[in-house]
Amino acid sequence: MCLGVPGRVIEIEGSTALVDFWGVRRKVALDIVDEDVSLGDHVLVHVGFAIRRIAPEDLAETLAFFETLTSEALEGLER
Amino acid sequence: MKGDPHDASARVRLAHGAGGPAMRALIESVFLDGVTDPEARALGDAAVLPLGDRFLVLSTDAHVVMPPFFPGGDIGRLSVSGVVNDLAMAGCCDVLGLTSSVIVEEGFPIESLRRIHRSMQIACAEANTRIVSGDTKVMQKGEVDGVVLSTSGVGITDRVVRDSGLLPGDIVIATGTLGDHGLAVLSARHALGLEGELRSDVAPLNGLVRAVLASAGSKLHAMKDPTRGGVTSALTEMAQKASISIVIDEAALPLSAAARAAAELLGIDPLSVANEGKALLGVEASAAPEVLRALHAHPLGVHAACIARVTEGEPGAVWLDTGFGTRRLIERDDLPLPRIC
Amino acid sequence: MTEQRKLEFRDVARGRALQQRLADLVARAGRDVTLMHVCGSHEQAFARYGLRSRFPQGLRVQMGPGCPVCVTDAPEIDAAVALAERGYRVLTYGDMLRVPGSSDSLMDARARGARVDVIYAATQAAEIARGSREPVVFFATGFETTAVATAAVLLNAPPANLFVLSAHKWVPAAMEIVAESPETQIEGYLAAGHAATITGCGLFEPFVERYRRPVVVAGFEPLDILAALVLLVEQVLGGKAEVVNAFPRAVTKNGNQRALTALFKVFETDAGEWRGIARVPRGNLRLREAFAAHDASLRFSGEFAAPKLPRDGALECCCGGIMTGRLTPTDCRLFGSKCRPDTPVGACMVSSEGACRIWYDLREREASE
Repeated sequence: MCLGVPGRVIEIEGSTALVDFWGVRRKVALDIVDEDVSLGDHVLVHVGFAIRRIAPEDLAETLAFFETLTSEALEGLER
Repeated sequence: MKGDPHDASARVRLAHGAGGPAMRALIESVFLDGVTDPEARALGDAAVLPLGDRFLVLSTDAHVVMPPFFPGGDIGRLSVSGVVNDLAMAGCCDVLGLTSSVIVEEGFPIESLRRIHRSMQIACAEANTRIVSGDTKVMQKGEVDGVVLSTSGVGITDRVVRDSGLLPGDIVIATGTLGDHGLAVLSARHALGLEGELRSDVAPLNGLVRAVLASAGSKLHAMKDPTRGGVTSALTEMAQKASISIVIDEAALPLSAAARAAAELLGIDPLSVANEGKALLGVEASAAPEVLRALHAHPLGVHAACIARVTEGEPGAVWLDTGFGTRRLIERDDLPLPRIC
Repeated sequence: MTEQRKLEFRDVARGRALQQRLADLVARAGRDVTLMHVCGSHEQAFARYGLRSRFPQGLRVQMGPGCPVCVTDAPEIDAAVALAERGYRVLTYGDMLRVPGSSDSLMDARARGARVDVIYAATQAAEIARGSREPVVFFATGFETTAVATAAVLLNAPPANLFVLSAHKWVPAAMEIVAESPETQIEGYLAAGHAATITGCGLFEPFVERYRRPVVVAGFEPLDILAALVLLVEQVLGGKAEVVNAFPRAVTKNGNQRALTALFKVFETDAGEWRGIARVPRGNLRLREAFAAHDASLRFSGEFAAPKLPRDGALECCCGGIMTGRLTPTDCRLFGSKCRPDTPVGACMVSSEGACRIWYDLREREASE
């Protein structure tokens, strides 16, 4: 029911993965995710299907992106 | 409105047992109708009756939890803790004795009754009290579900604490992690898939409260245990009775990993489900650090934290400061969780 | 995700900085700025974090038709109810259970003995059908993110007795409907991050070209949303109209091609009526001819009853205006009084993604009670 929740892959069997979300575990189908998924990867899940593998470098990119945005804002505060 | 207790054709709904506004409306309209006694009308969890220069404190509770055995406890432990805690919330830590009425369904395993009884004995020992009188009834299969326990308790105290004494500027302390009991019982009833430390917190609190009273003295202004309806209901009642507002700091809420998972993933709000081994303490701000120290030194208070502050404002309003904004917490009784206590 | 990572998208200090930036931008503009989002999950995030309580004066973010259950038209629901009443086993996602069609909901039918069950994943529909000898009808609702799951099931050797009654919708059409309307005051759009994970953000290029309004694709954590709002307001004030991806950890320009291919192998877009909004070109997803054998609307076409009279109070229901962002829930006379979660009048109060339900659950209600 919850839309697009990110979880961590802890087991893979064929086209199904066992994914951990903050301590809750759920079986997830890998039929439509567009990249190979490995143990330890993070995936975005919706109604039982993984819809996206979240690569660690993408995570880093977003954090860096926030950094820029917020540092500009922080500079603004200091003016 | 459907189920309006003032409507002569209305019927009892599950919401009337949820601990929220519907239940209060039912009590007002049915059980307080024609009742003028101020003690009864105060609707405290326990009644306080003057006895010379001390006070007799009296309370009764019924428990219908399903399933009767759940992670962390059972209906027996719940029945003893429930009534001991009602007395403790009034400031009464010396429990003279309990009575226990057992209504059991034909066919219920006797071994289960034994387990429940043993559990009650253990809880009594923790609370330094005993069951001194009881009653047993058996109903035909199907006329009652499993077992129902009704427990009463009486104690004596010099000092009385109410749930109506909050003052602007006070700090609200939660004695530990929130939502554990409600989530544990829900999880036992439906396969929620929550793992980890998901156990009911059911426990008698009179020992903990004794430590709090010793530490805070008259700087403890109000106390309440957030059972049915959770922290949201308890704080709403405290705010209504004291005609003040409360602002909760979401980041400060003590929550177990499982409670956070339930909140994120399953949309169950830990602030709206029952706790059976926790108390909310309203203390003068200057006393908060000392009270926290006393709590942290006690096994039942290790995760105690300041969770809210009391302000002037709309009487009865409870707000949640999320860090990104504020929203109003409203009690729910349109989605009751039946049979969790 | 580890606590650490979660915290980085919920870091309160960064949130404050972004909120300050937003306030500065709107103050500099010296006028109201009106934006729209089209996703129930975004509305839930706004409400759950109390984001609007710290918006600068003059900033409005309206919810558009982003609740797929809310825009499912009454006749579509009537069809599902009719099948249930005729004795077929009907499966649906939880939200749709209590939404009334022209008069009854699937839950009403169930109360009268129909076999209606709630499922949480499309794969369950196939499992249930495999375990049964009779026809099983999956009343499939949701936008493209959810439609992809239905497509995956139909592409994976579905049992012959599984029939799909598709009420799936296509979300970009929702934005077009609003942008088309001559009275619209929406200056910029927050696009749904999860749908864009599937479709890619390149999908919005023709939209910004045509309507000259900026689109920023946003995630769902508070920092995701605040950052996206800053970027959107910057564009609005700068007179720009570009597609910006503010959810790069999940969204790319081309999206998930594998999922899209699966989606369009099974479905095609079609014009349809959206509840309260009337005709939406390319708004519906219907099964392609190749999947006729599993199409409930063909298999059971003779068995849909005629629509019944509208429910009491339906005429006063403001869902249409709410879903197009012209009204807020509190503008509706029925909100919180006649229309509540336990006695809903419109779909917006039933669905967990409906604006009215979200406002009722997570916000202060008006004193109309």
